Amino acid sequence: MSGLPAAVLGRVAPQLAFGSRRAGRLIERNIYVYRRSWIIIFSGFFEPIFYLLGIGIGLGRLVGDVAGPGGAPISYTLFVAPALLASAAMNGAILEATFNFFFKLRWQKTFDAILSTPMAVADVAIGELGWALIRGGLYAIAFTIVIVPFGLVTTPLALLAIPAALLIGFAFGALAMAATTFMRTWQDFDLIQMIILPLFLFSGTFFPLETYPEPLRILVQLTPLYHGVDLIRSLIVGVLSPVLLVHVAYLTVMGLIGLVVVSRRLDKLLRT
Amino acid sequence: MSDDTAVALDGAGLPLIHARGLTKRFGAFIAVDAVDFDVQKGESFGFLGPNGAGKTTAMRMIGGVSPVSEGTLRVLGLDPATHGPQIRARLGVVPQQDSLDTELTVRENLVIYGRYFGLPRDECKRRADELLEFVQLSERANDQVDPLSGGMKRRLTIARSLINEPDLMLLDEPTTGLDPQARHLLWDRLYRLKQKGTTLVLTTHYMDEAEQLCDRLVVMDKAKIVAEGSPRALIAQHSTKEVTELRFPVGIQETLDGKLDGLAERIEWLPDRVLLYANDGEAVSVAVHERGLRPETTMVRRSTLEDVFLRLTGRTLIE
Ligand SMILES: Nc1ncnc2c1ncn2[C@@H]1O[C@H](COP(=O)(O)OP(=O)(O)O)[C@@H](O)[C@H]1O
Ligand SMILES: [Mg+2]
Repeated sequence: MSGLPAAVLGRVAPQLAFGSRRAGRLIERNIYVYRRSWIIIFSGFFEPIFYLLGIGIGLGRLVGDVAGPGGAPISYTLFVAPALLASAAMNGAILEATFNFFFKLRWQKTFDAILSTPMAVADVAIGELGWALIRGGLYAIAFTIVIVPFGLVTTPLALLAIPAALLIGFAFGALAMAATTFMRTWQDFDLIQMIILPLFLFSGTFFPLETYPEPLRILVQLTPLYHGVDLIRSLIVGVLSPVLLVHVAYLTVMGLIGLVVVSRRLDKLLRT
Repeated sequence: MSDDTAVALDGAGLPLIHARGLTKRFGAFIAVDAVDFDVQKGESFGFLGPNGAGKTTAMRMIGGVSPVSEGTLRVLGLDPATHGPQIRARLGVVPQQDSLDTELTVRENLVIYGRYFGLPRDECKRRADELLEFVQLSERANDQVDPLSGGMKRRLTIARSLINEPDLMLLDEPTTGLDPQARHLLWDRLYRLKQKGTTLVLTTHYMDEAEQLCDRLVVMDKAKIVAEGSPRALIAQHSTKEVTELRFPVGIQETLDGKLDGLAERIEWLPDRVLLYANDGEAVSVAVHERGLRPETTMVRRSTLEDVFLRLTGRTLIE
Protein backbone atom coordinates (compact mmCIF):
# COMPACT_ATOMS: atom_id res chain seq x y z
CA MET A 1 0.00 0.00 0.00
CA SER A 2 2.93 2.35 0.47
CA GLY A 3 3.92 2.48 -3.21
CA LEU A 4 0.69 3.91 -4.49
CA PRO A 5 0.33 6.84 -2.09
CA ALA A 6 3.96 7.74 -2.71
CA ALA A 7 3.44 7.81 -6.46
CA VAL A 8 0.24 9.76 -6.14
CA LEU A 9 1.82 12.18 -3.71
CA GLY A 10 4.75 12.69 -6.05
CA ARG A 11 2.37 13.73 -8.76
CA VAL A 12 0.09 15.92 -6.75
CA ALA A 13 2.39 17.53 -4.18
CA PRO A 14 4.21 19.83 -6.63
CA GLN A 15 0.88 20.95 -8.02
CA LEU A 16 -0.40 21.56 -4.54
CA ALA A 17 2.64 23.66 -3.76
CA PHE A 18 3.00 25.60 -7.02
CA GLY A 19 -0.59 25.63 -8.14
CA SER A 20 -1.98 26.86 -4.87
CA ARG A 21 -1.69 30.57 -5.56
CA ARG A 22 -3.45 30.33 -8.86
CA ALA A 23 -5.99 27.90 -7.43
CA GLY A 24 -6.78 30.55 -4.83
CA ARG A 25 -8.20 32.77 -7.56
CA LEU A 26 -10.89 30.21 -8.24
CA ILE A 27 -11.73 30.22 -4.54
CA GLU A 28 -11.98 33.99 -4.78
CA ARG A 29 -14.48 33.56 -7.62
CA ASN A 30 -16.60 31.25 -5.50
CA ILE A 31 -16.55 33.69 -2.60
CA TYR A 32 -17.86 36.39 -4.97
CA VAL A 33 -20.69 34.07 -5.96
CA TYR A 34 -21.66 33.14 -2.42
CA ARG A 35 -21.50 36.69 -1.13
CA ARG A 36 -24.94 37.03 -2.62
CA SER A 37 -26.32 33.67 -1.59
CA TRP A 38 -24.90 33.04 1.87
CA ILE A 39 -28.29 31.67 2.89
CA ILE A 40 -27.47 28.51 0.91
CA ILE A 41 -24.36 28.04 2.98
CA PHE A 42 -26.44 28.42 6.11
CA SER A 43 -28.76 25.53 5.31
CA GLY A 44 -25.91 23.02 5.42
CA PHE A 45 -25.11 24.30 8.88
CA PHE A 46 -28.54 23.58 10.35
CA GLU A 47 -29.01 20.07 9.04
CA PRO A 48 -26.62 18.29 11.44
CA ILE A 49 -27.95 20.36 14.32
CA PHE A 50 -31.51 19.22 13.60
CA TYR A 51 -30.31 15.61 13.55
CA LEU A 52 -28.51 16.17 16.83
CA LEU A 53 -31.62 17.56 18.50
CA GLY A 54 -34.01 15.03 16.97
CA ILE A 55 -32.09 11.80 17.08
CA GLY A 56 -29.17 12.38 19.42
CA ILE A 57 -31.08 14.00 22.24
CA GLY A 58 -34.59 12.68 21.56
CA LEU A 59 -33.64 9.09 20.96
CA GLY A 60 -30.81 9.33 23.51
CA ARG A 61 -33.39 9.50 26.34
CA LEU A 62 -34.70 6.06 25.32
CA VAL A 63 -31.40 4.43 24.50
CA GLY A 64 -29.23 5.42 27.42
CA ASP A 65 -25.50 4.82 27.29
CA VAL A 66 -23.67 2.91 24.56
CA ALA A 67 -20.12 1.62 24.23
CA GLY A 68 -17.83 4.38 22.96
CA PRO A 69 -14.36 4.19 21.41
CA GLY A 70 -12.13 2.10 23.65
CA GLY A 71 -15.20 0.36 25.10
CA ALA A 72 -16.12 2.72 27.95
CA PRO A 73 -19.81 3.68 27.98
CA ILE A 74 -20.75 7.15 26.74
CA SER A 75 -24.08 8.94 26.39
CA TYR A 76 -25.93 8.33 23.15
CA THR A 77 -25.79 12.04 22.35
CA LEU A 78 -22.02 12.00 22.62
CA PHE A 79 -22.01 8.90 20.44
CA VAL A 80 -24.07 10.47 17.67
CA ALA A 81 -22.75 14.04 17.63
CA PRO A 82 -19.27 13.23 16.19
CA ALA A 83 -20.86 11.01 13.54
CA LEU A 84 -23.10 13.89 12.51
CA LEU A 85 -20.06 16.12 12.22
CA ALA A 86 -18.32 13.56 10.01
CA SER A 87 -21.44 13.14 7.86
CA ALA A 88 -21.87 16.90 7.56
CA ALA A 89 -18.28 17.23 6.37
CA MET A 90 -18.92 14.52 3.80
CA ASN A 91 -22.21 16.03 2.64
CA GLY A 92 -20.91 19.58 2.41
CA ALA A 93 -17.99 18.57 0.24
CA ILE A 94 -20.07 16.26 -1.94
CA LEU A 95 -22.72 18.92 -2.56
CA GLU A 96 -20.10 21.34 -3.80
CA ALA A 97 -18.21 18.67 -5.74
CA THR A 98 -21.24 17.29 -7.56
CA PHE A 99 -24.01 19.72 -8.48
CA ASN A 100 -22.07 22.95 -8.40
CA PHE A 101 -19.02 21.44 -10.04
CA PHE A 102 -21.12 19.79 -12.75
CA PHE A 103 -22.88 23.06 -13.52
CA LYS A 104 -19.58 24.83 -14.00
CA LEU A 105 -18.04 21.98 -15.96
CA ARG A 106 -20.82 21.04 -18.37
CA TRP A 107 -23.32 23.84 -18.46
CA GLN A 108 -21.74 27.13 -17.87
CA LYS A 109 -18.37 26.29 -19.43
CA THR A 110 -16.74 28.18 -16.58
CA PHE A 111 -13.62 26.09 -16.77
CA ASP A 112 -13.26 26.47 -20.54
CA ALA A 113 -13.07 30.21 -20.00
CA ILE A 114 -10.64 29.82 -17.13
CA LEU A 115 -8.30 27.59 -19.11
CA SER A 116 -7.90 30.38 -21.69
CA THR A 117 -6.00 32.25 -18.99
CA PRO A 118 -2.67 31.19 -17.46
CA MET A 119 -4.62 28.95 -15.07
CA ALA A 120 -3.97 25.22 -15.54
CA VAL A 121 -6.18 22.19 -15.14
CA ALA A 122 -4.59 21.37 -11.78
CA ASP A 123 -5.40 24.89 -10.55
CA VAL A 124 -9.04 24.27 -11.38
CA ALA A 125 -9.10 20.91 -9.62
CA ILE A 126 -7.33 22.19 -6.52
CA GLY A 127 -9.26 25.46 -6.44
CA GLU A 128 -12.63 23.75 -6.62
CA LEU A 129 -11.67 21.20 -4.01
CA GLY A 130 -10.20 23.91 -1.81
CA TRP A 131 -13.48 25.76 -1.92
CA ALA A 132 -15.42 22.61 -1.02
CA LEU A 133 -13.10 22.24 1.96
CA ILE A 134 -13.57 25.81 3.11
CA ARG A 135 -17.32 25.32 3.02
CA GLY A 136 -17.06 22.00 4.87
CA GLY A 137 -14.64 23.55 7.36
CA LEU A 138 -17.08 26.32 8.23
CA TYR A 139 -19.74 23.72 9.01
CA ALA A 140 -17.33 21.75 11.14
CA ILE A 141 -16.34 24.79 13.17
CA ALA A 142 -19.94 25.88 13.65
CA PHE A 143 -21.07 22.41 14.68
CA THR A 144 -18.22 22.01 17.13
CA ILE A 145 -19.14 25.30 18.76
CA VAL A 146 -22.81 24.31 18.94
CA ILE A 147 -22.14 21.06 20.79
CA VAL A 148 -20.10 22.77 23.52
CA PRO A 149 -23.15 23.89 25.56
CA PHE A 150 -24.47 20.32 25.46
CA GLY A 151 -21.44 19.34 27.52
CA LEU A 152 -20.14 17.15 24.73
CA VAL A 153 -16.73 18.76 24.48
CA THR A 154 -14.61 17.69 27.42
CA THR A 155 -11.11 17.38 25.99
CA PRO A 156 -8.81 19.69 23.98
CA LEU A 157 -8.39 16.76 21.59
CA ALA A 158 -11.85 17.65 20.34
CA LEU A 159 -10.30 20.61 18.54
CA LEU A 160 -8.60 18.13 16.24
CA ALA A 161 -12.06 17.17 15.04
CA ILE A 162 -11.98 20.25 12.83
CA PRO A 163 -8.91 19.28 10.78
CA ALA A 164 -10.27 15.74 10.77
CA ALA A 165 -13.51 17.05 9.27
CA LEU A 166 -11.46 18.84 6.62
CA LEU A 167 -9.72 15.57 5.82
CA ILE A 168 -13.09 13.88 5.38
CA GLY A 169 -14.17 16.73 3.12
CA PHE A 170 -10.98 16.36 1.11
CA ALA A 171 -11.44 12.61 0.65
CA PHE A 172 -15.12 12.71 -0.29
CA GLY A 173 -14.88 15.97 -2.21
CA ALA A 174 -12.06 14.72 -4.43
CA LEU A 175 -13.73 11.39 -5.08
CA ALA A 176 -17.09 13.00 -5.78
CA MET A 177 -15.48 15.47 -8.19
CA ALA A 178 -13.81 12.57 -9.95
CA ALA A 179 -17.17 10.83 -10.24
CA THR A 180 -18.80 14.03 -11.49
CA THR A 181 -16.40 14.24 -14.42
CA PHE A 182 -18.00 11.01 -15.67
CA MET A 183 -21.57 12.25 -15.29
CA ARG A 184 -23.52 13.14 -18.41
CA THR A 185 -26.91 14.26 -17.09
CA TRP A 186 -28.36 15.54 -13.84
CA GLN A 187 -30.08 12.17 -13.39
CA ASP A 188 -26.73 10.45 -13.03
CA PHE A 189 -26.41 12.08 -9.64
CA ASP A 190 -29.15 9.85 -8.24
CA LEU A 191 -26.46 7.21 -8.16
CA ILE A 192 -24.36 9.30 -5.79
CA GLN A 193 -27.36 9.90 -3.57
CA MET A 194 -27.94 6.15 -3.48
CA ILE A 195 -24.43 5.67 -2.18
CA ILE A 196 -24.47 8.51 0.32
CA LEU A 197 -27.64 7.50 2.14
CA PRO A 198 -26.52 4.01 3.21
CA LEU A 199 -23.12 5.43 4.11
CA PHE A 200 -24.83 8.00 6.28
CA LEU A 201 -27.03 5.40 8.00
CA PHE A 202 -24.71 2.45 8.42
CA SER A 203 -21.17 3.77 9.01
CA GLY A 204 -21.45 3.32 12.74
CA THR A 205 -23.30 6.61 12.69
CA PHE A 206 -26.39 5.85 14.71
CA PHE A 207 -25.55 2.45 16.24
CA PRO A 208 -22.25 0.94 17.33
CA LEU A 209 -20.52 -1.30 14.85
CA GLU A 210 -20.70 -4.21 17.31
CA THR A 211 -24.45 -4.48 16.74
CA TYR A 212 -23.91 -5.61 13.13
CA PRO A 213 -23.35 -9.27 12.20
CA GLU A 214 -19.73 -10.12 11.43
CA PRO A 215 -19.76 -9.99 7.56
CA LEU A 216 -21.63 -6.70 7.54
CA ARG A 217 -19.24 -5.28 10.10
CA ILE A 218 -16.26 -6.02 7.88
CA LEU A 219 -18.02 -4.47 4.92
CA VAL A 220 -18.70 -1.30 6.90
CA GLN A 221 -15.09 -1.15 8.01
CA LEU A 222 -14.04 -1.04 4.36
CA THR A 223 -16.19 2.00 3.55
CA PRO A 224 -14.81 5.51 3.90
CA LEU A 225 -17.34 7.25 6.12
CA TYR A 226 -16.79 4.64 8.83
CA HIS A 227 -13.15 5.76 9.04
CA GLY A 228 -14.21 9.38 9.23
CA VAL A 229 -16.82 8.71 11.92
CA ASP A 230 -14.52 6.65 14.08
CA LEU A 231 -11.72 9.22 13.71
CA ILE A 232 -13.84 12.15 14.81
CA ARG A 233 -15.62 10.20 17.54
CA SER A 234 -12.30 9.12 19.05
CA LEU A 235 -11.03 12.69 18.99
CA ILE A 236 -14.13 14.23 20.55
CA VAL A 237 -14.42 11.53 23.20
CA GLY A 238 -10.67 11.83 23.72
CA VAL A 239 -9.49 8.26 23.14
CA LEU A 240 -6.33 7.98 21.05
CA SER A 241 -5.21 4.72 19.46
CA PRO A 242 -3.00 3.60 16.52
CA VAL A 243 -6.14 2.80 14.54
CA LEU A 244 -6.60 6.53 14.03
CA LEU A 245 -3.51 6.53 11.81
CA VAL A 246 -5.18 3.95 9.59
CA HIS A 247 -8.22 6.20 9.33
CA VAL A 248 -6.06 9.18 8.39
CA ALA A 249 -4.09 7.16 5.83
CA TYR A 250 -7.28 5.73 4.28
CA LEU A 251 -8.87 9.16 3.83
CA THR A 252 -5.66 10.79 2.60
CA VAL A 253 -5.09 8.17 -0.08
CA MET A 254 -8.71 8.35 -1.15
CA GLY A 255 -8.49 12.11 -1.57
CA LEU A 256 -5.21 12.02 -3.48
CA ILE A 257 -6.49 9.38 -5.87
CA GLY A 258 -9.59 11.47 -6.44
CA LEU A 259 -7.50 14.55 -7.14
CA VAL A 260 -5.33 12.78 -9.70
CA VAL A 261 -8.38 11.36 -11.45
CA VAL A 262 -10.02 14.80 -11.51
CA SER A 263 -6.93 16.43 -13.02
CA ARG A 264 -6.65 13.76 -15.71
CA ARG A 265 -10.31 13.82 -16.55
CA LEU A 266 -10.45 17.60 -16.74
CA ASP A 267 -7.48 17.53 -19.06
CA LYS A 268 -9.25 15.02 -21.25
CA LEU A 269 -12.59 16.85 -21.22
CA LEU A 270 -11.44 20.44 -21.53
CA ARG A 271 -8.20 20.31 -23.46
CA THR A 272 -9.35 18.37 -26.51
CA MET B 1 13.75 25.51 -25.82
CA SER B 2 16.25 24.42 -28.44
CA ASP B 3 15.46 25.90 -31.84
CA ASP B 4 13.33 28.96 -32.43
CA THR B 5 11.33 28.78 -29.22
CA ALA B 6 13.75 30.90 -27.27
CA VAL B 7 13.87 33.80 -29.69
CA ALA B 8 13.13 37.22 -28.31
CA LEU B 9 9.45 38.05 -28.47
CA ASP B 10 8.36 40.79 -30.81
CA GLY B 11 11.74 40.52 -32.52
CA ALA B 12 11.86 42.43 -35.79
CA GLY B 13 9.88 40.70 -38.52
CA LEU B 14 9.12 37.60 -36.48
CA PRO B 15 5.54 36.47 -36.96
CA LEU B 16 3.29 36.42 -33.87
CA ILE B 17 1.92 33.13 -35.09
CA HIS B 18 3.88 30.68 -37.16
CA ALA B 19 2.31 27.41 -38.31
CA ARG B 20 3.80 24.77 -40.58
CA GLY B 21 2.08 21.49 -41.34
CA LEU B 22 -0.21 22.19 -38.40
CA THR B 23 -2.49 19.19 -37.93
CA LYS B 24 -5.22 18.19 -35.50
CA ARG B 25 -6.68 14.74 -35.31
CA PHE B 26 -9.63 13.54 -33.25
CA GLY B 27 -9.09 9.81 -33.37
CA ALA B 28 -8.96 8.95 -37.05
CA PHE B 29 -10.75 12.14 -38.06
CA ILE B 30 -8.59 15.02 -39.29
CA ALA B 31 -10.04 18.39 -38.29
CA VAL B 32 -7.06 20.51 -39.39
CA ASP B 33 -4.89 19.06 -42.12
CA ALA B 34 -1.30 20.25 -42.44
CA VAL B 35 -1.97 23.97 -42.74
CA ASP B 36 0.74 26.63 -43.11
CA PHE B 37 0.26 30.27 -42.19
CA ASP B 38 1.93 33.22 -40.49
CA VAL B 39 0.38 36.18 -38.72
CA GLN B 40 2.43 39.35 -38.42
CA LYS B 41 2.32 41.87 -35.61
CA GLY B 42 -0.35 44.52 -36.06
CA GLU B 43 -2.09 42.53 -38.74
CA SER B 44 -5.74 41.60 -38.84
CA PHE B 45 -5.92 38.03 -40.06
CA GLY B 46 -8.94 35.88 -40.81
CA PHE B 47 -9.96 32.28 -41.25
CA LEU B 48 -12.91 32.22 -43.64
CA GLY B 49 -14.75 28.98 -44.13
CA PRO B 50 -18.03 27.12 -43.72
CA ASN B 51 -19.12 25.24 -40.60
CA GLY B 52 -16.90 22.26 -39.90
CA ALA B 53 -13.94 23.62 -41.87
CA GLY B 54 -11.70 23.42 -38.82
CA LYS B 55 -11.55 27.11 -37.87
CA THR B 56 -12.36 26.66 -34.20
CA THR B 57 -9.98 23.78 -33.90
CA ALA B 58 -7.18 25.90 -35.36
CA MET B 59 -8.02 28.76 -32.97
CA ARG B 60 -8.00 26.43 -29.98
CA MET B 61 -4.57 25.16 -30.88
CA ILE B 62 -3.30 28.72 -31.20
CA GLY B 63 -4.93 29.55 -27.87
CA GLY B 64 -3.02 26.76 -26.17
CA VAL B 65 -6.11 24.83 -25.06
CA SER B 66 -5.91 22.06 -27.62
CA PRO B 67 -2.74 20.00 -28.05
CA VAL B 68 -1.24 20.00 -31.56
CA SER B 69 -1.33 16.54 -33.16
CA GLU B 70 1.43 17.18 -35.65
CA GLY B 71 3.44 19.98 -37.22
CA THR B 72 5.00 23.17 -35.88
CA LEU B 73 3.16 25.92 -34.08
CA ARG B 74 4.75 28.96 -32.49
CA VAL B 75 2.65 31.64 -30.81
CA LEU B 76 4.47 34.80 -29.73
CA GLY B 77 7.61 32.85 -30.52
CA LEU B 78 6.75 30.10 -28.01
CA ASP B 79 5.60 26.51 -28.27
CA PRO B 80 2.10 26.06 -26.78
CA ALA B 81 3.02 22.53 -25.71
CA THR B 82 5.69 23.79 -23.33
CA HIS B 83 4.77 27.44 -22.69
CA GLY B 84 0.97 27.36 -22.52
CA PRO B 85 0.57 29.63 -19.47
CA GLN B 86 3.12 32.17 -20.76
CA ILE B 87 1.35 32.35 -24.12
CA ARG B 88 -2.12 32.53 -22.66
CA ALA B 89 -1.04 35.35 -20.36
CA ARG B 90 -0.66 37.54 -23.46
CA LEU B 91 -3.70 36.39 -25.45
CA GLY B 92 -7.23 37.73 -25.47
CA VAL B 93 -9.67 34.99 -26.38
CA VAL B 94 -13.27 35.35 -27.54
CA PRO B 95 -14.56 31.79 -27.92
CA GLN B 96 -17.24 30.82 -30.41
CA GLN B 97 -19.67 30.07 -27.60
CA ASP B 98 -20.03 32.67 -24.87
CA SER B 99 -18.61 31.31 -21.65
CA LEU B 100 -19.51 34.19 -19.37
CA ASP B 101 -19.89 33.42 -15.70
CA THR B 102 -23.64 33.58 -15.12
CA GLU B 103 -23.16 33.45 -11.37
CA LEU B 104 -21.34 36.79 -11.42
CA THR B 105 -22.43 40.29 -12.39
CA VAL B 106 -21.24 42.01 -15.56
CA ARG B 107 -18.48 43.87 -13.75
CA GLU B 108 -17.47 40.90 -11.60
CA ASN B 109 -17.01 38.87 -14.76
CA LEU B 110 -14.23 41.24 -15.76
CA VAL B 111 -12.70 41.64 -12.32
CA ILE B 112 -12.51 37.92 -11.63
CA TYR B 113 -11.19 37.20 -15.10
CA GLY B 114 -8.41 39.68 -14.45
CA ARG B 115 -7.65 37.85 -11.23
CA TYR B 116 -7.18 34.62 -13.21
CA PHE B 117 -4.34 36.46 -14.93
CA GLY B 118 -2.86 37.31 -11.56
CA LEU B 119 -3.54 41.04 -11.82
CA PRO B 120 -3.92 42.97 -8.55
CA ARG B 121 -7.53 43.45 -7.47
CA ASP B 122 -7.49 47.24 -7.73
CA GLU B 123 -6.00 47.11 -11.19
CA CYS B 124 -8.70 44.62 -12.24
CA LYS B 125 -11.40 46.98 -11.02
CA ARG B 126 -9.87 49.96 -12.76
CA ARG B 127 -9.56 48.10 -16.05
CA ALA B 128 -13.04 46.61 -15.71
CA ASP B 129 -14.62 50.07 -15.51
CA GLU B 130 -12.55 51.30 -18.44
CA LEU B 131 -13.47 48.30 -20.58
CA LEU B 132 -17.16 48.51 -19.72
CA GLU B 133 -16.99 52.07 -20.99
CA PHE B 134 -15.26 50.89 -24.16
CA VAL B 135 -17.91 48.27 -24.97
CA GLN B 136 -20.74 50.59 -23.85
CA LEU B 137 -21.96 48.46 -20.98
CA SER B 138 -21.25 50.78 -18.06
CA GLU B 139 -24.93 51.10 -17.19
CA ARG B 140 -25.23 47.35 -16.90
CA ALA B 141 -22.17 46.94 -14.67
CA ASN B 142 -24.04 45.55 -11.68
CA ASP B 143 -26.58 43.49 -13.61
CA GLN B 144 -26.62 39.76 -13.96
CA VAL B 145 -25.27 38.37 -17.22
CA ASP B 146 -28.18 36.14 -18.25
CA PRO B 147 -30.68 38.84 -19.20
CA LEU B 148 -28.22 40.62 -21.50
CA SER B 149 -28.92 40.50 -25.23
CA GLY B 150 -26.73 38.41 -27.50
CA GLY B 151 -24.87 41.47 -28.73
CA MET B 152 -24.23 42.70 -25.18
CA LYS B 153 -22.91 39.31 -24.13
CA ARG B 154 -20.59 39.32 -27.08
CA ARG B 155 -19.35 42.81 -26.20
CA LEU B 156 -18.83 41.74 -22.61
CA THR B 157 -16.85 38.73 -23.81
CA ILE B 158 -14.69 41.05 -25.87
CA ALA B 159 -14.18 43.32 -22.86
CA ARG B 160 -13.25 40.28 -20.81
CA SER B 161 -10.69 39.20 -23.39
CA LEU B 162 -9.05 42.64 -23.13
CA ILE B 163 -8.60 42.63 -19.35
CA ASN B 164 -4.97 41.47 -19.61
CA GLU B 165 -4.16 44.01 -22.34
CA PRO B 166 -3.35 41.23 -24.81
CA ASP B 167 -0.77 41.39 -27.58
CA LEU B 168 -2.88 39.11 -29.72
CA MET B 169 -6.64 38.65 -29.87
CA LEU B 170 -8.33 35.47 -31.02
CA LEU B 171 -11.96 36.01 -32.02
CA ASP B 172 -13.94 32.93 -33.02
CA GLU B 173 -17.00 34.02 -35.00
CA PRO B 174 -17.36 37.28 -33.09
CA THR B 175 -20.70 38.29 -34.62
CA THR B 176 -22.42 35.04 -35.58
CA GLY B 177 -26.09 35.08 -34.62
CA LEU B 178 -26.27 38.83 -34.01
CA ASP B 179 -28.66 41.25 -35.68
CA PRO B 180 -27.14 43.75 -38.15
CA GLN B 181 -27.13 46.63 -35.69
CA ALA B 182 -25.34 44.64 -33.03
CA ARG B 183 -22.84 43.42 -35.62
CA HIS B 184 -22.00 46.91 -36.74
CA LEU B 185 -21.44 48.08 -33.19
CA LEU B 186 -19.10 45.14 -32.64
CA TRP B 187 -17.25 45.74 -35.88
CA ASP B 188 -16.75 49.31 -34.83
CA ARG B 189 -15.15 48.25 -31.53
CA LEU B 190 -12.93 45.74 -33.27
CA TYR B 191 -11.95 48.33 -35.82
CA ARG B 192 -10.83 50.63 -33.01
CA LEU B 193 -8.70 47.90 -31.53
CA LYS B 194 -7.14 47.32 -34.92
CA GLN B 195 -6.42 51.05 -35.20
CA LYS B 196 -4.64 50.92 -31.86
CA GLY B 197 -2.36 48.26 -33.31
CA THR B 198 -3.79 45.17 -31.63
CA THR B 199 -3.17 42.06 -33.68
CA LEU B 200 -6.50 40.40 -34.46
CA VAL B 201 -7.06 36.85 -35.59
CA LEU B 202 -10.66 36.03 -36.32
CA THR B 203 -12.77 33.33 -37.87
CA THR B 204 -15.97 33.94 -39.73
CA HIS B 205 -18.27 32.49 -42.30
CA TYR B 206 -19.51 35.93 -43.25
CA MET B 207 -17.68 37.31 -46.24
CA ASP B 208 -18.73 40.87 -45.45
CA GLU B 209 -17.16 40.50 -42.01
CA ALA B 210 -13.98 39.18 -43.54
CA GLU B 211 -13.91 42.02 -46.06
CA GLN B 212 -14.56 44.60 -43.35
CA LEU B 213 -12.08 43.44 -40.79
CA CYS B 214 -9.32 41.36 -42.37
CA ASP B 215 -6.16 42.69 -43.95
CA ARG B 216 -5.39 39.18 -45.01
CA LEU B 217 -7.15 35.88 -44.77
CA VAL B 218 -7.01 32.22 -45.54
CA VAL B 219 -9.96 30.38 -46.98
CA MET B 220 -10.49 27.06 -45.20
CA ASP B 221 -12.49 24.15 -46.45
CA LYS B 222 -12.59 20.58 -45.16
CA ALA B 223 -9.60 21.00 -42.84
CA LYS B 224 -7.39 22.54 -45.51
CA ILE B 225 -6.37 26.02 -46.53
CA VAL B 226 -7.45 26.47 -50.14
CA ALA B 227 -6.37 30.08 -50.72
CA GLU B 228 -4.57 32.92 -49.00
CA GLY B 229 -4.32 36.68 -49.55
CA SER B 230 -5.97 40.04 -48.96
CA PRO B 231 -9.70 40.11 -49.71
CA ARG B 232 -9.07 42.26 -52.78
CA ALA B 233 -6.25 40.07 -54.07
CA LEU B 234 -8.29 36.92 -53.57
CA ILE B 235 -11.17 38.37 -55.54
CA ALA B 236 -8.86 39.57 -58.31
CA GLN B 237 -7.13 36.22 -58.47
CA HIS B 238 -10.10 33.88 -58.29
CA SER B 239 -13.03 35.83 -59.64
CA THR B 240 -13.98 38.42 -62.25
CA LYS B 241 -14.65 42.05 -61.47
CA GLU B 242 -18.43 41.70 -61.76
CA VAL B 243 -21.11 39.09 -61.47
CA THR B 244 -24.50 38.98 -63.16
CA GLU B 245 -27.08 37.08 -61.11
CA LEU B 246 -30.10 35.73 -62.99
CA ARG B 247 -33.23 34.33 -61.36
CA PHE B 248 -35.67 32.52 -63.60
CA PRO B 249 -39.31 31.58 -62.94
CA VAL B 250 -39.72 28.20 -61.26
CA GLY B 251 -38.92 25.32 -63.60
CA ILE B 252 -37.25 27.42 -66.29
CA GLN B 253 -33.65 27.22 -65.03
CA GLU B 254 -33.57 23.48 -65.68
CA THR B 255 -34.41 24.03 -69.37
CA LEU B 256 -31.56 26.41 -70.06
CA ASP B 257 -28.93 23.78 -70.89
CA GLY B 258 -26.34 25.36 -73.15
CA LYS B 259 -28.36 28.51 -73.77
CA LEU B 260 -26.02 30.66 -71.69
CA ASP B 261 -22.81 29.25 -73.16
CA GLY B 262 -20.21 31.82 -74.13
CA LEU B 263 -21.88 34.69 -72.33
CA ALA B 264 -19.35 34.85 -69.48
CA GLU B 265 -15.91 33.66 -68.45
CA ARG B 266 -17.49 31.25 -66.03
CA ILE B 267 -21.01 30.20 -65.09
CA GLU B 268 -22.14 28.82 -61.73
CA TRP B 269 -25.50 27.10 -61.40
CA LEU B 270 -27.01 27.42 -57.91
CA PRO B 271 -30.36 25.84 -57.02
CA ASP B 272 -32.18 29.18 -57.13
CA ARG B 273 -30.10 31.29 -59.52
CA VAL B 274 -27.37 31.39 -62.14
CA LEU B 275 -24.18 33.41 -61.67
CA LEU B 276 -22.34 34.69 -64.73
CA TYR B 277 -18.79 35.87 -64.12
CA ALA B 278 -17.42 38.59 -66.41
CA ASN B 279 -15.67 41.90 -66.03
CA ASP B 280 -18.55 43.82 -67.60
CA GLY B 281 -21.76 42.62 -65.98
CA GLU B 282 -24.01 45.07 -67.85
CA ALA B 283 -22.84 43.71 -71.17
CA VAL B 284 -23.67 40.21 -69.99
CA SER B 285 -27.21 41.11 -69.00
CA VAL B 286 -27.77 42.83 -72.36
CA ALA B 287 -26.47 39.72 -74.15
CA VAL B 288 -28.81 37.51 -72.11
CA HIS B 289 -31.79 39.51 -73.28
CA GLU B 290 -30.55 39.49 -76.85
CA ARG B 291 -30.69 35.70 -76.76
CA GLY B 292 -34.37 35.98 -75.98
CA LEU B 293 -34.07 34.80 -72.37
CA ARG B 294 -36.36 36.47 -69.84
CA PRO B 295 -35.08 36.09 -66.26
CA GLU B 296 -37.43 37.21 -63.50
CA THR B 297 -34.69 39.36 -61.99
CA THR B 298 -31.27 40.40 -63.20
CA MET B 299 -28.71 41.86 -60.83
CA VAL B 300 -25.21 43.05 -61.61
CA ARG B 301 -22.86 43.32 -58.63
CA ARG B 302 -19.16 43.29 -57.78
CA SER B 303 -17.46 39.99 -56.97
CA THR B 304 -17.14 39.15 -53.29
CA LEU B 305 -15.30 36.56 -51.23
CA GLU B 306 -18.45 34.46 -51.50
CA ASP B 307 -17.67 34.11 -55.19
CA VAL B 308 -14.08 33.23 -54.41
CA PHE B 309 -15.27 30.52 -52.09
CA LEU B 310 -17.73 29.18 -54.63
CA ARG B 311 -14.99 29.10 -57.23
CA LEU B 312 -12.56 27.27 -54.95
CA THR B 313 -14.92 24.74 -53.41
CA GLY B 314 -17.95 24.54 -55.68
CA ARG B 315 -20.17 25.40 -52.70
CA THR B 316 -21.65 28.46 -51.05
CA LEU B 317 -20.39 29.54 -47.64
CA ILE B 318 -23.71 29.44 -45.82
CA GLU B 319 -25.96 26.62 -46.91
N1 LIG C 1 -13.52 17.55 -29.66
C1 LIG C 1 -13.81 17.06 -30.88
N2 LIG C 1 -13.91 15.74 -31.08
C2 LIG C 1 -14.20 15.23 -32.30
N3 LIG C 1 -14.41 15.97 -33.40
C3 LIG C 1 -14.33 17.29 -33.28
C4 LIG C 1 -14.03 17.92 -32.02
N4 LIG C 1 -14.01 19.26 -32.21
C5 LIG C 1 -14.29 19.46 -33.52
N5 LIG C 1 -14.48 18.29 -34.17
C6 LIG C 1 -14.78 18.13 -35.60
O1 LIG C 1 -13.79 18.79 -36.34
C7 LIG C 1 -14.36 19.44 -37.47
C8 LIG C 1 -13.98 20.89 -37.45
O2 LIG C 1 -14.67 21.52 -36.41
P1 LIG C 1 -14.47 23.04 -36.06
O3 LIG C 1 -13.03 23.31 -35.88
O4 LIG C 1 -15.36 23.35 -34.92
O5 LIG C 1 -14.99 23.73 -37.38
P2 LIG C 1 -15.46 25.24 -37.63
O6 LIG C 1 -15.08 26.04 -36.44
O7 LIG C 1 -14.75 25.66 -38.86
O8 LIG C 1 -16.93 25.18 -37.81
C9 LIG C 1 -15.86 19.21 -37.40
O9 LIG C 1 -16.18 18.15 -38.27
C10 LIG C 1 -16.09 18.82 -35.97
O10 LIG C 1 -17.17 17.93 -35.86
MG1 LIG D 1 -16.28 27.12 -35.24
